[in-house]
Amino acid sequence: MNTSIIKEFAAIVGDDNVMSSETDRHVYSYDAAVLDSVMPALVVRPENSEALGKTVKLCNDHGLPLTVRGAGTNLSGGTIPHPGGVVVLTNGLNRILEINAEDMYAVVEPGVVTAKFAAEVAACGLFYPPDPGSQAVSTLGGNVAENAGGLRGLKYGVTKDYVMGIDFWDVNGNLIKSGSRTVKCVSGYNLTGLMVASEGTLGVFDKIILKIIPPPKASRSMMAMFNSMQAASETVAAIIAAKIVPATLEIMDNFTIRTVENFRHAGLPKNAAALLLIEVDGHPAQVADEAELVEQICKQHGATELKVARDAAERDAVWQARRDALPALAKLRPTCVLEDATVPRSKIPAMIKALDDISKKYQLTIGTFGHAGDGNLHPTILTDRRDEKEWQRVEKAIDEIFNRALELGGTLSGEHGIGLAKAKYMVLETNRGTLDYFRRMKSVLDPKGILNPGKIIG
Amino acid sequence: MADLHQLAQMFKELDDQLVSCMRCGMCQAVCPVFAQTGREADVTRGKLALLDGLAHEMLKDAAGVNDKLNRCLLCGTCQANCPSGVKIMDIFLKARAIMTGYFGLSKTKKAIFRGMLANPRLFNVLTGMGATFQGLFTKKVDDMLGSSCARFNSPLVGDRHFNTLAATPLHKIVPELDSPAGASGVKVAFFTGCVIDKVFPQVGEAALKVLEQKGVGVFLPAKQACCGIPALSSGEQATFDKLVAMNVQWFTAGSFDYLLTSCATCTATIKELWPRMFKGDPALTAAIKELAEKTMDISQFLVDVLGVKEAPAAGCGKVTYHDPCHLKNGLGITAQPRTMIKAAGGTFKEMREAGTCCGCGGSFNVAHYDLSKKIGSRKAQNIMDSGADILATSCPACMLHITDMLSHKKAGIKVKHVIELYADSLKKQG
Repeated sequence: MNTSIIKEFAAIVGDDNVMSSETDRHVYSYDAAVLDSVMPALVVRPENSEALGKTVKLCNDHGLPLTVRGAGTNLSGGTIPHPGGVVVLTNGLNRILEINAEDMYAVVEPGVVTAKFAAEVAACGLFYPPDPGSQAVSTLGGNVAENAGGLRGLKYGVTKDYVMGIDFWDVNGNLIKSGSRTVKCVSGYNLTGLMVASEGTLGVFDKIILKIIPPPKASRSMMAMFNSMQAASETVAAIIAAKIVPATLEIMDNFTIRTVENFRHAGLPKNAAALLLIEVDGHPAQVADEAELVEQICKQHGATELKVARDAAERDAVWQARRDALPALAKLRPTCVLEDATVPRSKIPAMIKALDDISKKYQLTIGTFGHAGDGNLHPTILTDRRDEKEWQRVEKAIDEIFNRALELGGTLSGEHGIGLAKAKYMVLETNRGTLDYFRRMKSVLDPKGILNPGKIIG
Repeated sequence: MADLHQLAQMFKELDDQLVSCMRCGMCQAVCPVFAQTGREADVTRGKLALLDGLAHEMLKDAAGVNDKLNRCLLCGTCQANCPSGVKIMDIFLKARAIMTGYFGLSKTKKAIFRGMLANPRLFNVLTGMGATFQGLFTKKVDDMLGSSCARFNSPLVGDRHFNTLAATPLHKIVPELDSPAGASGVKVAFFTGCVIDKVFPQVGEAALKVLEQKGVGVFLPAKQACCGIPALSSGEQATFDKLVAMNVQWFTAGSFDYLLTSCATCTATIKELWPRMFKGDPALTAAIKELAEKTMDISQFLVDVLGVKEAPAAGCGKVTYHDPCHLKNGLGITAQPRTMIKAAGGTFKEMREAGTCCGCGGSFNVAHYDLSKKIGSRKAQNIMDSGADILATSCPACMLHITDMLSHKKAGIKVKHVIELYADSLKKQG
């Protein structure tokens, strides 16, 4: 990039916050998706709202592609920059501006780390439920831009259910206000809703108003083993049919169970075909009732073994097994492709069956675990990207996973986003007309096409 | 200087280890350097991406990558928390060796490693002279901490508050030892380590006193060399190999059940790095492996082998504990030093972020003092907030840096090695 433009950026964000060396640019060329890296031309790190707005405008004035980056944990390439583009870091904008316990909302800058925010909220006696797997490092801005989910989706919903308002910069450097600090708000277009999951393609977040709620008073966790994925899935359906909505309802297949057990040696039965991890929460009396009912339902549906956590240590052991799933699988092979195709809850057995067939057909190792309660599975393909022949089979398998999920009435992505990785499948889930609508909208809001080009609509 | 293609070939040898990083970015949550700067090049994922970039000839600025590579404390926290189990410390040490081979060693480092460290006798003579004359150039700033600062403006010392060289190093107080196993029936070898020998001999004395009182026989050879970590972390393989070989020769002359050190860094280096990183005489491999297996931290030995137990608080003060990275991250030793503090009668106060690096990082402190200070300042604040009047730890390098940080804050908190507290409590009882 020519030095006069670099100087213009430096005038806005300060010399220390402009990075143009080869090494500094290379480390912002990737995210957590298994995709080729793309080197940006410049990296800038605004430290206040005004500098962020001016940065956006300057990019637009020069027609420079702009990709906003939080912690770079994206699994669909949403934070991989465009060639010649500018990466705008949000980690200089990491202040929690307000936690209002009386009206139960919080106002944050986009670079606040999810887990830090949740901990601050908890310290005020309140609860921010969305808990994506990367929450220890992920940012709230990134969570909103991707509509991140997590383990509590079934009962508590996902990030979009907690976004009350967003102030964002348009490409001309105007601050656009949407939503409010109130539960109810019907003033104008629901731009907040439009911004959620927009993956940085429509505006650049300045401040986010988030809903926070009272925490449950009690919870109980348990683990149930089954002889078949079918039996485990039927148990999931029966629990919900009994009008119980567990806070978490996770499933693991036999391959994942064996891998986790080899990794942790915590005593999981390696011959179990499926494992459910269940937590109910709420008022203590309700928790006691529901836990008992869930136990009964598990037994009625052929649970071969049932472990109810009696204390915090046992509860932790139950969830450790779930936390271990991805790291244990990831250690088996050099490359780990984590997908998140999602189907209606009742279609989980069919999807599991499809994944089995796909792994056999393409001779690939696929471990499956995920959020049974909301139909969001994580088929995890273990491979080595350097093995070209195997990688071709992986790409075909991914195509087929998406096709099967869509045939079952599901969606391409439950929580990882579309980004670069899944843009080409968008037409399969929607149609030409929908994509044209997207593009027309984008062309009006971002005429030069600078905002995170290539994502979602290709 | 070799060409970039050759350099890439050398880094390609790390490819199998590099490829296991799935770029998840979870290291951002634990890296003490990243916590200060927020820059991806300062966190492990970024550094691994840079090495990968060099290996695949996507990058041309090898010197730039080398600079980033050196902005690391080698604390190992990322490796201990890495979801995909990347062997990060192996990669970084090998990469530093490759870089040193490519760029050569600076004149200063050459003089320090090849001239001084690899010649333990000369090292002793020079530091002995330093101890005699340092008073001319330094002045005391905190009597309780025993810290000093530079009398004159010195670019190397900056505004550090440092512990001066001891007037009499441990190897002068106790030149050598070969006592038989007493009541315990156990005999150990004691690896002193440079910082304890030359700056904190009282820690070595305390360890030897405790071992004597517990009826443990001690083999302390007359000659000992540095464990080699300063050389290895600067990519100076030849000096590392030479130091390991000397130590192996001198220590295998004795017979003992365990090799003890009261330096977390020496413990981790002997136990983990000697077997993995030694590239010298293959005939020594078996002896190195045996020594590594026998190696233990002093608290670990006293608690796990001799069965030292917690005692009721006996008014030795409120004590908080800082986990040295080299004990916690690689070796998982966190409980035993805390047990020792309680065994010494201390009222234990856990601090926030006890397991976070103090920011010293050996030569990191020399090259990146500003960052080292920022990280250490946070540690000092956590120590002060704990309400303790003594900070105990298990590593003399941490003691040096934490002393510097507490002295700057005029905290009024003593810095002690765990074994000093325990030795004092035995003295009181005895």
